[in-house]
Formats: sequence, C-alpha cells, structure tokens
Amino acid sequence: MALLFAAVPFVAMCFTVPLWDRIYPMVLGLPFNLFWLMLWTLLTPVCLWMAYRVEVSRNAKQSNSESGDEPQ
Amino acid sequence: MTAGMVAMLIICAIVGVGSLAGFYAGSRRTMDLEQWAVAGRGFGVVFVWLLMAGEIYTTFTFLGASGWAYSRGGPALYLIAYMPLAYAISFFILPPIWEIGRKYHLQTQPDFFQLRYGDKRLSALVALIGVIFIIPYLQLQLVGLGIIVEIASFDKIHRARAMVGASILVAGFVLLSGVRGVAWVSVIKDFLLLFAALFIAFAIPHIYFGGFGPMFAQLAHAKPSHLVMPGATTNLGHSWYASSVLLSALGFFMWPQSFGASFTARNSDILRRNAIVLPIYNITLPLMFIVGYAALLVVPGLRDGDLSLLTVVRKTFPPWFLGIIGGAGALTAMVPASIQILTAATLLAKNLIRPVIAPGMNDTQVAVVAKTTVIFITTAAVISAVFSHTTLVSLLLLGYSGVTQFLPGVVLGLFWKKVATSGVFAGLVTGIAVVAIMGLSGHDPFVGVNAGFIALCCNCVVVIAVSKVFPSSPFSFNVDSATSSKKAALAAK
Repeated sequence: MALLFAAVPFVAMCFTVPLWDRIYPMVLGLPFNLFWLMLWTLLTPVCLWMAYRVEVSRNAKQSNSESGDEPQ
Repeated sequence: MTAGMVAMLIICAIVGVGSLAGFYAGSRRTMDLEQWAVAGRGFGVVFVWLLMAGEIYTTFTFLGASGWAYSRGGPALYLIAYMPLAYAISFFILPPIWEIGRKYHLQTQPDFFQLRYGDKRLSALVALIGVIFIIPYLQLQLVGLGIIVEIASFDKIHRARAMVGASILVAGFVLLSGVRGVAWVSVIKDFLLLFAALFIAFAIPHIYFGGFGPMFAQLAHAKPSHLVMPGATTNLGHSWYASSVLLSALGFFMWPQSFGASFTARNSDILRRNAIVLPIYNITLPLMFIVGYAALLVVPGLRDGDLSLLTVVRKTFPPWFLGIIGGAGALTAMVPASIQILTAATLLAKNLIRPVIAPGMNDTQVAVVAKTTVIFITTAAVISAVFSHTTLVSLLLLGYSGVTQFLPGVVLGLFWKKVATSGVFAGLVTGIAVVAIMGLSGHDPFVGVNAGFIALCCNCVVVIAVSKVFPSSPFSFNVDSATSSKKAALAAK
C-alpha cells in the first residue's frame, strides 16, 4: 500500500512525460510542462505523507501481533 | 570604488560570516572520527534536514539549472522531476540502512558493503569508485565558485585563479569544522538561497516583461521549441528525460555523502519525516528555470549558459545586490563542496587506505590520514576544473551515472538474502565499464536513452544472474525484532 502511494509521483512526473510535455494551455503564466512539474513537486509530499500514515498504522498492528523474521 | 569591488566585498563578507559560524560550531567539540564524520549520530529533524538540504541544493541548483534552461531548454526539466522522486525512494531505503548503521556503528557507505558482503576488496572498490565520481561533483562546485567570482568582479579576476583560492578556503574549512560546522553554515546558506531564488525569479520577469505570463508568451512566440523537449538539443527527447529522471532518482542516495548523512539522524523516523518535507524545498528549482528562460530573452547569445543567471542579475540590479546573490551562490558551492571533500577523505582513509595498505592503524591515525587526504582530493578537483570545459549539469550527470551503480548492491543487499558477493562485484564492474565505454566513445545518450541508465540495467542483470548461478548462503542483519518487523512491512509490500 505504502509503495503504491509512493508510485503515484513516478507515474505523474516520469512515465507520462509525452502527455504533459507541451506549452499550452499555459497555467499561471507558466508553460504547461513547467507548471505540471511544480504542481507535482508540491503534491509529492502529500503522497509520501499518505504512505507514512499507512506505514505507521501497519507497524502498530504488527507490533501487536508479534511477527517473525523478515519475509522475502 | 568600482562596481566589481563592491560586489566582491559583499561576497567576501558573506563567505567570511559563514565560515566563522562553521568554525565556531565545529570548535566547541573534540573531533574523533565519529564526531567529525557523523556528528555522534545525534541530529534531529531540523539538523538532518539542514545537512541534507545543504548537500542537495548545491551551486548547480543556482547556476546549473538556470544554465541548462538557458542553453538546452526543455530537457533540463528532468532536474525538477528527479529530486521529489528521489525522496520517495529514500522513504523506503534510508530507514533500514539507518537501523543497520546504528547497530553496527557504520560511518560510511563502504562500511555497509563490508558488513553485508564481508569482502574488503569489494568495500575498497566501492570506496574508490565513490571518490572517483565525487570528484566531478566537487569540480562542479569549484567551477560554480569560479563563475561567481568572474562575473562579480566584472571579469577582472580570472576564473582559474578564483577556483584555486576558493578551494584553499574550502579545504581549510573542512579540516577545522567537520560535519557539525557544515550543518550550521547550511542554515545561513539556505536562507540566502531561498531569498535570492524567490526575489530574482519574480523581479526579473516583472522588470522586463511585466510578469510570468507576458514573458512566457513572448518566449513561446519567439522560440516555441525551446520550451519543450528536446529543446535546443537533437537527442535529448522523452526517452532521455525518463531514463535520466530514473537514473538520478535512484542514484540520489547512492552518493556516498548522502548515504552517510542518513547516519547523522537520531532515529529512523526522522528520515521518513524528512523524506516527506524535503520536496517542498525543491520549489527553488523551477524558480531558477524561470530566471534562465528570462535570461534567454534579456541576454541572448552567451557562450556559456551557466553564466546566464549572474549575467542577467548583473545587468538588472546594482552591484551590492549582485554581491548578495554571489555570496549566497558562493556558500551554496562551499557547503556541498565541504561535505563532498569530507566524505571522500573519510572513504579513502577508512575504507581504502586502512584495510588495504595499513591494517594496523587506530581510529585517531585514520582521522589524521583522512585530514591529509583532504588536500589531495581538493587538488584533484581543482586540476580537473581548470582543464575541462563541460557544463555544470553534464558534470552532475557524469557523477550520477557512476554512483548509481551502487544501487543493486545496496537495495538487493537490504531486501534479498541470497544476493552473492561475486554477483555484486561483477555487476559493479560491468556497470562502471559500460559507463566508461559509452562516455569515452561519445555514445551518451545511446539511442536516446541515458547511458548511465543502460549501465544500471546491465549491472542489475549481472548481479541477479551471477547470484542465481552461484548461490551464496542466506544473510541476515539481525537487527532487533521491533525494527525487523518494520523492515518486514517494507519488504512485504
């Protein structure tokens, strides 16, 4: 789950580059590609914060139910 | 007093105040290797943040990003994308590395390889490769300093002479203050950089064009192809962008100094929280892009794009302001340069010279040797800086293509018990060989893909193949159960 949240910025900023690498529509006076990357610079902390929430609750559960060794 | 003298005086004042703060912070504690290199593992959120921001936001943020926006255009956008993604990766790999580091008192990246693979030839190789690829990054900082002095003195002081002078200052700073001093100077540097970035990115478009909108409208009309990939280049298209973003994001915490900075944290949760907040700081990068684009319209035709930011500042503002920007830039070069020298010196002394050449040394002697190697490393970077003429971003990419080759050894080492020492060895050698061959023969990018990324793929394939063919006995780090359940959570997902 946590990995899934962390994967969102990768999709948005890296793998979808042909979709957003364009000048128009300009947003806030910026070319679209520059705006898009600025937007995701600010959204990445949100995604990571969600991943953090997921992990904190998972750790809380796991320390209750005493897990064994690290699985593969 | 001439304009050049005013600007240079202000730069010297800022650098002087910064250095004094660093000396003061460093001089209050006795310096053994643990204190010098990882500050006694006592940094909280704020200091780890400052130290990491200190080494991450370097002179390339300042001059290199605007330089590539000026000279290359669209492809430079990769610089904005890779850092937030690197933090996303660090969220998962730094905490387990920290746990292991605390348990086994690791100080450096090769220490980790030594512990995981138990082969001092491998850790010595990791140390050597780390130092070799830190040099271009260090060179980048020195070239940045040289550019600042050249522009601020109105071309009166030659760049090479400025670089030699700056490197002496940086080496002295490293010797006297260690990592704690560096984190303190980072405070001053970050405030100045943030202020400078915000101010000039808004002021310059406003003064010349009346705002972002009219400026980009004019640019989109005059040079529409410059704003999208491949920009002013022919071979840096979308596949180059994606491969460079991945290479840099994956390689980010493979830099020996960034890997080592994680050991300064007080606990592993600090590293996770850091990963969440660090991307916000990254907003300075697009601001530098805007300045680079503005410079393209205001001061077109510069021979070297890396000069664009300071040239446009010099043309627009009075000399004292150029001095402030130059001073911020100088600290932005000095802080990371200090961290890089410090790391490279520790690697050479602790992981290469002691295990391979003089096994009998104690920690005090290692610290002395580390401080001696500071001089050699700085000299190597200065010589390299004086005689080469690549752009700042090219230097950065060269460094990344090298250090990212550590990734399979680190990540597979953390999460796959059966990875073989011989496999990591073979993969690392393959990766570096591919980087060297493609780089030296001029095949980077190769069919539109970053050569460092191709090398990383070859590296991974070799590690996995060799580990399958020659299986080794399963390895476990034996961290205590509370932390292994944390790791289990990470590994299971």
